[in-house]
Amino acid sequence: MNVLARPPAAAGEERTVTPLPPLPHGQGGLSLPEALAAALASLAANKLRAALTSLGIFIGIAAVIATVAVGAGARERVLASIQSLGANLLLVWGGNVRMGGVSLGAGQRPNLSWDDAQAIPREIPAVAMAAGVVRQQQQTVYGNQNWSTTVTATDPDWFAIHEWSLTEGRFFTAEEAAAGRKVVVIGATVAENLFGDESPIGREIRIRATPFEVIGLLARKGQNPMGQDQDDTVVMPYWTARRSVMGAPRAFARAVSTISVKVHDGESMREVEEQLRQFFRQRHRVAANEPDTVSIRNLSEVAATMDGAARTMSLLLAGAAAISLLVGGIGVMNIMLVSVTERTREIGLRLAVGARPRDILRQFLLEAVLLALFGGLAGILAGIAASHAIAAFAGWPTVIPPQAILIAVATSVLTGLFFGYYPARKAAHLDPIAALRHE
Amino acid sequence: MAALIETEDLCRHYRSGAEMVRALDGVDLRIEAGSFVAAMGPSGSGKSTFLHIVGCLDRPTRGRYRLAGEDLAQASVDHLARIRSRRIGFVFQSFHLLPRADALTNVELPMIYAGLPRRIRRERAALALEKVGLGHRMGHRPNELSGGQQQRVAIARAIVNGPDLLLADEPTGALDTRTGEEIMALFQALHRAGTTILLVTHEPEIAAYASRLIRFRDGRVIEDRVQEPRRAVEVAP
Repeated sequence: MNVLARPPAAAGEERTVTPLPPLPHGQGGLSLPEALAAALASLAANKLRAALTSLGIFIGIAAVIATVAVGAGARERVLASIQSLGANLLLVWGGNVRMGGVSLGAGQRPNLSWDDAQAIPREIPAVAMAAGVVRQQQQTVYGNQNWSTTVTATDPDWFAIHEWSLTEGRFFTAEEAAAGRKVVVIGATVAENLFGDESPIGREIRIRATPFEVIGLLARKGQNPMGQDQDDTVVMPYWTARRSVMGAPRAFARAVSTISVKVHDGESMREVEEQLRQFFRQRHRVAANEPDTVSIRNLSEVAATMDGAARTMSLLLAGAAAISLLVGGIGVMNIMLVSVTERTREIGLRLAVGARPRDILRQFLLEAVLLALFGGLAGILAGIAASHAIAAFAGWPTVIPPQAILIAVATSVLTGLFFGYYPARKAAHLDPIAALRHE
Repeated sequence: MAALIETEDLCRHYRSGAEMVRALDGVDLRIEAGSFVAAMGPSGSGKSTFLHIVGCLDRPTRGRYRLAGEDLAQASVDHLARIRSRRIGFVFQSFHLLPRADALTNVELPMIYAGLPRRIRRERAALALEKVGLGHRMGHRPNELSGGQQQRVAIARAIVNGPDLLLADEPTGALDTRTGEEIMALFQALHRAGTTILLVTHEPEIAAYASRLIRFRDGRVIEDRVQEPRRAVEVAP
């Protein structure tokens, strides 16, 4: 029954309101869950404002995630395609043949031979393997299917130099190569077009009316850095090709167009490149004032250059992200300052009922962090969605590195802390009396 | 009775522009536990400054202030917050309730800063609201309550931590006469049960409900007398 609802007390019968029992001992001070609850309640009271404030951080983080995803995707593809060529690899291209003072340009006339490739590992100890290669476009036929592809005529070492692996079957052996056996190892694209889902191993395909036995199917590598499909090829021993597919005039019967050179691990690619240059200058008897007759490409260098470009790109993106986060952070700070001013009376009251300045600081700081974190989390989701959309519509590969998400979360929290600190400090240092009287 | 509040040469000076304002200028007072004291005076007389220093919202420029024997004149900011949390309850003229929170949540607030778990807070807040006659209005927000009811919620909030001292700054200033009298009846009922109350007002009719009257002028006490308190007529809230 309501004690105050009684009629006016008669004289001598005075009502009392007894105090509450003494306060149990608490831990003292505002606990983190309570501060969190207060911060959430305050944000919930101004949902639209909170959402608009988070928008700055949201856009910044979403843009970062999407651009990082596109950048990382591009970089991953470049690196994968370069790695697919093989590590520690130098490519020697023939060319620079001069006839009567006229340069015919690189690769116009073969000036590399099968014997050069055989000599390189003997002459240069840092080289592990070398394989001469000739390529030619040819029609391949299996049953009623046919497919135009590149025939690669080379040494068995070529598979190891370019780090090919097999899906099925085996590579051809040195004996098979020396004997000029009619065996081929085919790429995944060729297998698909000639055999569909059938296994090609043991089947016979014809090239220029000559039957070849398929003994191996290469594992798929995809495009090389120049955008060519590396799987669209049929690989056969060099001497088999010379005999059956790529007949050549006597002068070019031992010619190759490129030589793939595998350098031992730990050797300096630059030094070996120089040794190769000297090797060919001697072999081709180039006079001291004449230019080189071959060109040598170091693919690790190409990789490093591309990787460097990707890194620079990432740095630029990080710069753009920092600016958008700065703008977002200033938005958070602005709204927190407004909020402190609006809630001056409430702060005064909280101080009067026993809040310490640090409790007020904690509450407002949490509020700023939550604002930034909400924006950041929504931004991460939007960024992931955007990167999927980019992958789906523009066809660019996107990869979201897990650490990018962690960094995005950490960045939003730090942005909230940094830009929320000044307003929170301002709130905590309010004079309680002035705050209580604030209109 | 033991002195709950003791001040010696209590001064609060501050600079306002070029002028030195002596809001309090040497106040020596002793207030026993269990008293009901009204501080009166025109605005600028120092009565509110006195209340703020006693309530640990402000610190004296000079002099001593002891609350229950503890000297607080030089206490740290955090220690003063703890004293406000554990020993002092405030009632304000404009209620100062959180507008978006219901009565129960408003009364819970001081216990949040005392670090009490939610279950105990809910129990005590409900108990405090019953004591001020609002047991049936716990879920109402301030804008769903009358002025008198809002001030009762504020009083429940002030007593919920079981303070030694209840400080009221013009508690009836925003209420009509009849509602004001109800609030004074509640203060008297709390006082009869042993609560020490210091009330600041400029209305003689309100000061008449106290059993001791202290008059301030220009930062000094100019009158201090014990009086026969007027009996408030209790009305159902």
